Amino acid sequence: MLPRADGTRHDAGIPLTEGRGSSGVPPVFGTPAGLRAKDLLSIGDLSADEIQLILDTAEAMKEVGTRTIKKVPTLRGKTVVNLFFEASTRTRASFEIAEKRLSADTLNVTTAASSVAKGETLADTVRNLEAMAPDVIVLRHASAGAGHLAARLCRARVINAGDGMHEHPTQALLDALTIRQRKGKVKGLQVSIIGDLLHSRVLRSNVLLLRALGAEVCTCGPATLMLPDMARLGVRATTSIDEAVEDADVIMLLRIQLERMRGYFFPSLREYFQQFGMTAARLRRAKPDVIIMHPGPMNRGVEIASDVADGPYSVILEQVANGVAVRMAVLYLLAGARHE
Amino acid sequence: MVQVSNADRTILKGGHVVDPVNGVDGSADVLIDGGCVTRVGPNLEVEPGTVVIEVPRGCVVCPGFIDMHVHLREPGHEHKETVATGVAAAVAGGFTAVACMPNTDPVNDDASITRLILGRAAQAGLARVYPVGAVTKGQAGEQLAQIGELRAAGCVAVSDDGRPVANAALMRRALEYAAMFDMPVIDHCEDVSLAGDGVAHEGHRAAVLGLRGLPAAAETIIVERDVILSGLTGSPVHIAHISARGALDAVRAGKHRGIRVSCEVTPHHFTLTDEQLAGYDTNYKMNPPLREAADVEGMLDGLRDGSIDCIATDHAPHHYDEKLVEFDRAPFGIVGLETAVSICLDRLVHAGHVPLSRLVELLAVNPARVLGVPGGALTPGAPADITVLAPDLAVTVEAAAFRSLARNTPFNGWSLRGGVAATMVGGRTVYVNATVAGAAAFDQHLAALG
Repeated sequence: MLPRADGTRHDAGIPLTEGRGSSGVPPVFGTPAGLRAKDLLSIGDLSADEIQLILDTAEAMKEVGTRTIKKVPTLRGKTVVNLFFEASTRTRASFEIAEKRLSADTLNVTTAASSVAKGETLADTVRNLEAMAPDVIVLRHASAGAGHLAARLCRARVINAGDGMHEHPTQALLDALTIRQRKGKVKGLQVSIIGDLLHSRVLRSNVLLLRALGAEVCTCGPATLMLPDMARLGVRATTSIDEAVEDADVIMLLRIQLERMRGYFFPSLREYFQQFGMTAARLRRAKPDVIIMHPGPMNRGVEIASDVADGPYSVILEQVANGVAVRMAVLYLLAGARHE
Repeated sequence: MVQVSNADRTILKGGHVVDPVNGVDGSADVLIDGGCVTRVGPNLEVEPGTVVIEVPRGCVVCPGFIDMHVHLREPGHEHKETVATGVAAAVAGGFTAVACMPNTDPVNDDASITRLILGRAAQAGLARVYPVGAVTKGQAGEQLAQIGELRAAGCVAVSDDGRPVANAALMRRALEYAAMFDMPVIDHCEDVSLAGDGVAHEGHRAAVLGLRGLPAAAETIIVERDVILSGLTGSPVHIAHISARGALDAVRAGKHRGIRVSCEVTPHHFTLTDEQLAGYDTNYKMNPPLREAADVEGMLDGLRDGSIDCIATDHAPHHYDEKLVEFDRAPFGIVGLETAVSICLDRLVHAGHVPLSRLVELLAVNPARVLGVPGGALTPGAPADITVLAPDLAVTVEAAAFRSLARNTPFNGWSLRGGVAATMVGGRTVYVNATVAGAAAFDQHLAALG
């Protein structure tokens, strides 16, 4: 049993994050050892052990979402700012729900309604927020490395919720949780990632994470959407979708970012679907217990056929559900830890 | 024009003189009279009334260094740099002359802008300033600027630096036209369609960091084109800030074919690689971008084998606000005037890549030749523009102490061996480095002149 928001299982009503009165409380909800890095900007910031810690913590967090009162006091008194410079439904909702379930005070700042619309720089926005002493800033931004800039300018912990084409670490963590849940492990699995590799932050985070946990990664997409040196990423690369699907345990489809295509990368969505779209027919080459993943938002009929997206192999909505648990775990491990 | 002192005769005694044009590389005195070099030789007789400067032990007397590629930002961007602060940075960095690029606001495509820059330079009275005019009106790449008038006003070359002359037909005509006035065309080589909106060298590092790539091919393709057009027209072309190994191969091959192509490299392109980008520090963002280790090796090969003619800084000052932004939104460029000589001494000379005499060719002799300006040699009758090096000086780069208005350098905090002891322009001391033992002798010179 985990402590209830109403404090019934809670020793003397002391917030667990203060690390006092923790006897009888599952260790995962005491003051955590935390993560080495101040911020979570890249999967590269995490050791393999830290990745496992986050996934284990997330498993424990999932239970909170099944309660009648979906709330624990773990981050009570902590302030979390969701600073979103890019449109986002899933990720923003997921972070906000995670924060609320941990009892953090949350604040959403989006570009359209902010000083950014008045020409304020990211640096000034971050420094102004910092002056109000938030504990965590969750940042989504169109520029790679925006989180690195923010992290240099504030004491608040920065969680990268997607920075341009760079990374989306919590997405990779929730993907790993989903894989582990379905397959019992990640190590040794063949994971095929198919789609727009070049522009994908999900790809970059997933490659780092899956390699760290010992999966075999195969990437597939048009030659125009490959990274310049895929081999140096420690992954296999192929332009044959049949080869990528063959014997796959996990197939992860990446969104075709229609706004980036401009007709340079492939001639039409129709041709893309013909060459690389995931269909039920193509799926037959995969392992019988293959799972289909997609970080969303999906372009149905482009990278994925609807019958695959909605079919029996799809774990796409499980990914979304796990997103909340993973973000609770990351918030808890970062913000629940004592500041140095 | 730079003020020339009417001082009594001055002699620099006891230094090691490196003057490759005149075949001097050893102990010699330099006699200066009326702002010009009058004699160079060992143990020159000191006539009464001559100001004697004992060159500090271990220091090297060279013809003044010329940075043929700087951005002084005036007019239009005085918050980044002015002519006055730029030339102060130049002399502190050992440069007696700079050639400033035309991408000011308004662009230096008109004699009035050239005259304004030269007026500011004369007021500052430190380094000589050689304006580079625009190739095309407004640097828009559509029609030729009034190159003849720019020449008459004092421009020494033309360039659309910051961007290439993208249109091959226009580049061909620019080469033909500028050659009438003995002006080289200096090209910023970048195929704009291949470069797109890239911000970092296209390769593994940028890919991992999610930074849009600037492929080396975008540079090489235009260098190849320019070599071919130089061959077609017989006119000289100078390749600005070469950075890609393949681009240098194109220059080398052109030279072997007898084509009048020359090129320059910046200190950062022979010292740094794209591996530095990991923290998204915008002081590693420049165009051309930092490339890979193989390219850096290629640049060092070119410095050794002579296929690279010049070292130039591409001094590109920016205000710190402008650099304190997301990597892809930051302007390209870093400052270089006050770090170049130390980097060259440490990374080229002490590292054993080139002897000091070759460094003097790269920093003085060849820039003077390419631009067709005085200097580059301590020949009797030449202006006494002199850079005095302290080759073993321990230098720590301290951006906060720069004379430049800008601080955008990736070299802050670097410890380097070798620096500048003093700088003289037209026989007048314009910079003395107080940290060099004995350099105060140059101050005495100032005092003696009253």
